Amino acid sequence: MAQQIIGILIAALLSQNFILVKFYGICPFMGVSKKIDTALGMGMAVTFVMALASFACYWVYQLLLLLELTYMQTVAFILVIASIVQVVEMFLKKMVPALYKALGVFLPLITTNCAVLGVVLVNVAEGYDVLISTVNGAAGGLGFTLAIVLFASVRERVDKAECPESFKGFPIALITAGLLALAFMGFSGLSIF
Amino acid sequence: MEIVIAIAFLGGLALIFGLVLAAASKAFYVEVDPRLEKLNECLPGANCGGCGYPGCGGYAEAVLNGEAPIGKCASGGAECANAMAAVMGVEAGDVVRMVALVKCSGHRTYDEHGNQTGGAKLKGNYEGFKDCLAASKVGGRGPLVCKYGCLGFGSCVKACKYDAIHVVNGVAQVDREKCVGCMSCAAVCPRQVITAVPYEKTTLVPCNSHAKGAVTTRSCSAGCIGCGLCKKICPEDAITVVNGLATIDYEKCISCGLCATVCPKKIIVDLNEAPPSEAMAKAAL
Repeated sequence: MAQQIIGILIAALLSQNFILVKFYGICPFMGVSKKIDTALGMGMAVTFVMALASFACYWVYQLLLLLELTYMQTVAFILVIASIVQVVEMFLKKMVPALYKALGVFLPLITTNCAVLGVVLVNVAEGYDVLISTVNGAAGGLGFTLAIVLFASVRERVDKAECPESFKGFPIALITAGLLALAFMGFSGLSIF
Repeated sequence: MEIVIAIAFLGGLALIFGLVLAAASKAFYVEVDPRLEKLNECLPGANCGGCGYPGCGGYAEAVLNGEAPIGKCASGGAECANAMAAVMGVEAGDVVRMVALVKCSGHRTYDEHGNQTGGAKLKGNYEGFKDCLAASKVGGRGPLVCKYGCLGFGSCVKACKYDAIHVVNGVAQVDREKCVGCMSCAAVCPRQVITAVPYEKTTLVPCNSHAKGAVTTRSCSAGCIGCGLCKKICPEDAITVVNGLATIDYEKCISCGLCATVCPKKIIVDLNEAPPSEAMAKAAL
């Protein structure tokens, strides 16, 4: 059990990173990575949503299995994820208005963040139990946080660097993302147990 | 039967989540100051950015937080300021209506053979992209001999949301009645030839040339040479000559028009003497 959890953590953080290896959730990765602060906030929000969605979707999937409705899994999961994002949005608006403002339109867009739906579908496909599912969700979110914070710190530095006029802004960010993904590919052989 | 189960299950799931969300929206309800909405209603909603805030919403929020004074909205004018003051429960104070002024009189005139007879002289014909910024990059600061004047490719015309600025004979001209003073035109002008002047003041110096008198004379038939006659005659000491250009201090100016009468180059315009377009055209000749 402990072995499996550690294996999942390493896979989700490094060798199977949701963003840089599996290319899920690129939209907030490019959109909210201009500042480390907001990137960290986004990462935390996504981690929370992913863990909660993994937990909730496990039970929803059990119900679907019971009723032999597994072909409806995608619709049901989207329903769960959308609801959770709504609650998180309300919570942040009340409790952390600064983060709510900084995340802006990307907060409701977590709903359509494919990393969230992706992790839930992976959980189901791999047949994880509730604990492992939740750990996988949280670890996937942490992997997202790691990637987006790394990327945001590189972008903050690149913003100040001299760069050809035609590459300024988004183009250089895309190149940076590509190089970062390349670096993470170096973890691909990494597996324990 | 299967369909009924599927609908019932997903419907039930949605209902549960709906109820949870309804409860959450009550638990996490954030109160919005009702004055914010009222302030937004007072503002024209053009989002011109003339106040220096990101759109009307941004300005309304700044006023509500006490960060911005009332009356920054040039396009709303006094009416808007009074309405906003009523919402905030304070006095509006005087709002001076500002309008844009293109500080250039180099309207080009030609004789019947197409030879230029007046206005700002051209170095050559610019055949490129019809945009002031683009034109200002080629041939050493653009096609005009004068380094300060209006290029007349109409970047300001495109920027104006109120159809208040047009290019006439190669120089942009402001329709003072339509202008709301948002200064969007000034923001896009690569030569910074557009400034804001109070609407009530009728003496204007539509020239931007900081070059020496002889240089100005060679480059344009309608340029301020900085002779200082206007400064001498001004009863209120409102005019100074800064870097070879007469500059009116509108705090002091009483719009008497004396400066316009003595100006040897007829650069200073008195709008009381002639309607703006005619006065400007006269100045150009």
